[in-house]
Amino acid sequence: MNRIKAFITDFGWPRIIIAIFLLALFISAPFVGVKLDASFTDVFNRFGQNVIMVLALVPMVQAGCGLNFGLPLGILSGLLGSTMAMQFGLTGPMGFLVAILITIFFGSIFGLGYGKLLNKVKGEEMTIAMYVGFSAVMLFSILWLLLPYTKPDLVMGYAGEGLRRSISLEKYWDKILNNFLALRIGSVRNLAGNLSGGFIFPTGLMMFVAACVVFMWFFLRTKTGTAMTAVGSNPDFARASGVSVEKMRTTSVVVSTIIGGIGILVYQQSFGFVQVYDAPLYMAFPAVSALLIGGASVTKASMLNVVIGTLLFQGMLTMTPSVINSVLKTDMSEVIRIIVSNGMIIYALTRKTKVTK
Amino acid sequence: MANESSLLSLEGISKDFYGNVVLEDVTFTVGRGEIIGLVGENGAGKTTLMRILFGMPVIAETGGFKGRIMLDGKQVAFTSPFDALDAGIGMVHQEFSLIPGFTATENITLNRESMKRNVACDIFGERMSVLDRARMRTRAAKAISRLGVKLDPDILVSEMPVGHKQFTEIAREIDRSNVKLLVLDEPTAVLTETEAEVLIQSMRMLAAQGISIIFISHRLHEIINVADKIVVLRDGKAVKSVPVKGVSVHDIATWMVGREVKGSSSMLSACSEKVFLKVDNLWVDMPGETVRNVSFDVCEGEIFGIGGLAGQGKLGIPNGLMGLFPAGGNASLDDSPVPLNDPHKVLNNHMAFVSEDRRGVGLLLDETLEWNVAFTAMQAKGEHLIPVLGGLFKLRNERTMKLLAEEYIKTLEIKCTGPKQRAKELSGGNQQKICLAKAFALKPKLLFVSEPTRGIDVGAKAIVLETLRRYNKEYGMTIVMVSSELEELRSICHRIAIVDEGRIAGILPPTAEIAEFGLLMSGEKTGKNGDAA
Repeated sequence: MNRIKAFITDFGWPRIIIAIFLLALFISAPFVGVKLDASFTDVFNRFGQNVIMVLALVPMVQAGCGLNFGLPLGILSGLLGSTMAMQFGLTGPMGFLVAILITIFFGSIFGLGYGKLLNKVKGEEMTIAMYVGFSAVMLFSILWLLLPYTKPDLVMGYAGEGLRRSISLEKYWDKILNNFLALRIGSVRNLAGNLSGGFIFPTGLMMFVAACVVFMWFFLRTKTGTAMTAVGSNPDFARASGVSVEKMRTTSVVVSTIIGGIGILVYQQSFGFVQVYDAPLYMAFPAVSALLIGGASVTKASMLNVVIGTLLFQGMLTMTPSVINSVLKTDMSEVIRIIVSNGMIIYALTRKTKVTK
Repeated sequence: MANESSLLSLEGISKDFYGNVVLEDVTFTVGRGEIIGLVGENGAGKTTLMRILFGMPVIAETGGFKGRIMLDGKQVAFTSPFDALDAGIGMVHQEFSLIPGFTATENITLNRESMKRNVACDIFGERMSVLDRARMRTRAAKAISRLGVKLDPDILVSEMPVGHKQFTEIAREIDRSNVKLLVLDEPTAVLTETEAEVLIQSMRMLAAQGISIIFISHRLHEIINVADKIVVLRDGKAVKSVPVKGVSVHDIATWMVGREVKGSSSMLSACSEKVFLKVDNLWVDMPGETVRNVSFDVCEGEIFGIGGLAGQGKLGIPNGLMGLFPAGGNASLDDSPVPLNDPHKVLNNHMAFVSEDRRGVGLLLDETLEWNVAFTAMQAKGEHLIPVLGGLFKLRNERTMKLLAEEYIKTLEIKCTGPKQRAKELSGGNQQKICLAKAFALKPKLLFVSEPTRGIDVGAKAIVLETLRRYNKEYGMTIVMVSSELEELRSICHRIAIVDEGRIAGILPPTAEIAEFGLLMSGEKTGKNGDAA
C-alpha cells in the first residue's frame, strides 16, 4: 500500500488521471465506431508535430528562467525560415534544410535580445516572456504585410503583396519527414490502386524527433549544460563557482528560441501549411501544458517529461474529438483542450514553491 | 533580591530554542532611575533577553521561557509588545522605525495623536475627529526638551542627520505618559562621537527624572561613563552584575570573552616567514559587512584568523577577495596579483572559498552530492569532462565525479546514503563537510573558510576544525579563517586579526590575553602595527 502511495505521489495525480482517461478513450474507441489504427496514426503524427516545441522549453526551465511563454518568438524565426526558403524557390530536402539554417540565424538574434531582456527582470521571467511573445507576434503581423515577398505561392492573390494567412507547402516540403521511410501496417489497396487506411508509422519524423531529443540530452550533459542547470538550481552557488549567471541564462534562451523555431518547421511540414499572422499567438500554451503534464516543475524538466507529457497531451487531443464527439454528437474537443491545458498550467504554477523547497 | 526601590527584576530567566540554550538562569534587578549597561558578545543572549522582556511573539511561538519578570513588585507576563508598552516599557531598536516622510512631531506622536472633536463626531463617532496639531507639537517639543537636545519638531525625518533620528525615536518612547523603563539597543552604534556624547547626556537627564534605562552597547567606555551598574552576559549566563564604580574597560572585556583556551599551539604546524597573500587597502561593498580599508599579510602555510563583531566587515574580506561582491584595492598571491571582481579567475588562481552562507551560496541543495563536490572543479578548472568530437563538446564525466564524491565522503566521514543523495537531505555538519570537499577538490593553495562552524553541533565542529588543521599540516594549505567565535580562532590560528568598523583593529597571537581581543573588538584600542587607518 505504501509503495502504491509512494508511486502515486512520485508520478503525480494529474498524470495518472490523464493517463487513465486516455486509456479509457482507447478502450472505448472501437465501440463507438472509431478506427484504432487511424487513431494511432494520428497520435504519432501529432506527437511528432508538437514534441520539439515542448523540448524547446527545457533549457530555460533548467536555467531557472521558468517556462518559456515567449516561445512565439522562436516560432517567428521558424516562420521567417520557411517563408524565406520558399521565396528563394527552394524545394524538397534542400528547402527544408535552408529553412532550418535561416531559422537558426534569426533564432540566435532574437534569442540574444530576448535573453538580455529576461536578465533584467529576474524573478518575473514568465510574465514578461508572455508579453514578449504577444507583442512580437503582433509586430510580425505588420511585417508579414510589408516584407518584400513576391512569390505567387506566398502572397495574397488580389493585392500581389503581403503574405497569405496560410501558405500551402505542397510544392515545397510537405510531409518531408513524415513520409520518409514511413511504415504502413494493415493498409489495403482501394479500387483506384492507392493504399489507404491502416496504421502509418512516420519513421522519418520519429528519427528527427529522436535526434533532437538526443541532442538536448547531450547538451544538458556538456560543461555548458551542467553550468546552466546549476544556475537554475542556485545562481549564487554557480557564481561562486566562476560561472557567469547572465551568460548561461542568455545561452538557455537562445537555445530555447532556436529549437522552438525548428519545432514549428517540423509542425508545418506535418501539417502541410505555414500559418502566419496571429497563428503563433497561443502556441506556447499547449507546449507548456504538455511539459507540465509530463511531470516537469517550473525549475526542473527532463527528456522523459517531454516525451510522456507530449504523448499524453496530444493523445488526449486526438482521441477526445473522435470518441467524445461520436458519443455526444457535439464538438467538445476544443473545450476539453482549453480546460486541460490551462488547468494544468495553473496547477503547476501554484505548486511552484512546493517543488523547489 | 527585589528590594523596595527596584523597578524591574528578572529572576532566573532561561530560554532555549529547540534545545539550543541561549539564556540560562539570568537574574538581575533594575532600580528606579538607574542606568544598567548590558554587554556581551554577539550571540550572548542580549537580544533574546530583551525580546522576552518586551513580550515578542517569537518567544511564545518557540515554547516560551522559564523564570519570572517582576515589574513594580508585581509579576508580569507580556504576550505582545503592546502589553509591554502599556506597562511602561519603551524600546528603541538598533534599526530606526520611523516614517521618513513625516515630521518629527508626527513620528513622536504616531498612533497616539492628540485629537480635536468636531461636529462630525456627534454623527459618525470618534473616528471623525481631526488631529490637534498644535497640541501634538507641544507634546513633541516637551518630549524633546526632556532629552535636553535641540531638535526642530517640524523637520522631516528624511532630512534629519542620523543622530536626530535616534533622538526622535527616544522622544517617541518618552512621550508616553507612563514610561518607566527604556531599553536602548545599541543606540550609539550609528552615531558619531559628539552625537553619542549628547545622547549620553540625555540618558543622564532621563535617569534623573526617574526613568530607568537598560543600555546595550559595544562601546565599553560609554557604558562605564553612563551606567550605574553593569550586567555582563556570556553564553546566555549573567556572569557579572556589579556597580560600575571601580570597573575598568579592561575588566569588562575580560568578562565578556573570558573562557578557557582549549587548543594548544603545539598542535599547529610551523609557519614559514614567506609572505604568501598580501592584501593592501582592500575595500569591499558587501551589504551589512562593508570593508573600508584593510591591509594584512598571510605567511605561507599559516592559518590566519579574522575575528570581530557581526557587521564590522570581517565577512566582507573573503567575499570581496573571491569576487562575490564589488571590491577594490590590491591583493597578490605568491607575488602575482589577485584579480578582483572575477570569481572564475580567482578560482583558477589556486584560491578556494567556503562561504558562511552554506545553504544560500555553498550548496546546490536540489542536486546530488557528486554535483556539489565536483561542479566547481569542473567549471573553474575543466576537470571531470570527456571531450567529444575532438573537443568540440565536453561532456561531464559522471564516473570521475562519483569517484571524487566517494573519496571525500570517505576521508571527511560524511554521513550520507551515497554520492547520489541530495545535498538538502544532509545534516548541517555534513553539509559543511560537503562545502569543504568542494573547496578541497579545487586543490587550492589558499583556502578561505568563513564561519565554518556556524549552526552545526559540537561534534561536527570538532571534526571540521580538525580537518582544516590536517589539511594545513599535511598539504601545507594556507588557510584564512573568518569566525565570530574567538575561542575557535584562538584554538586553531597562528595569528588573529580583529576587524572593527571595516578596518583591522589589530593583529594578535592566539596566546594574547582575552582582554586584548575584547578591547580591539569594541573599538577601544587600535592596533599597534599600524594596520588601522
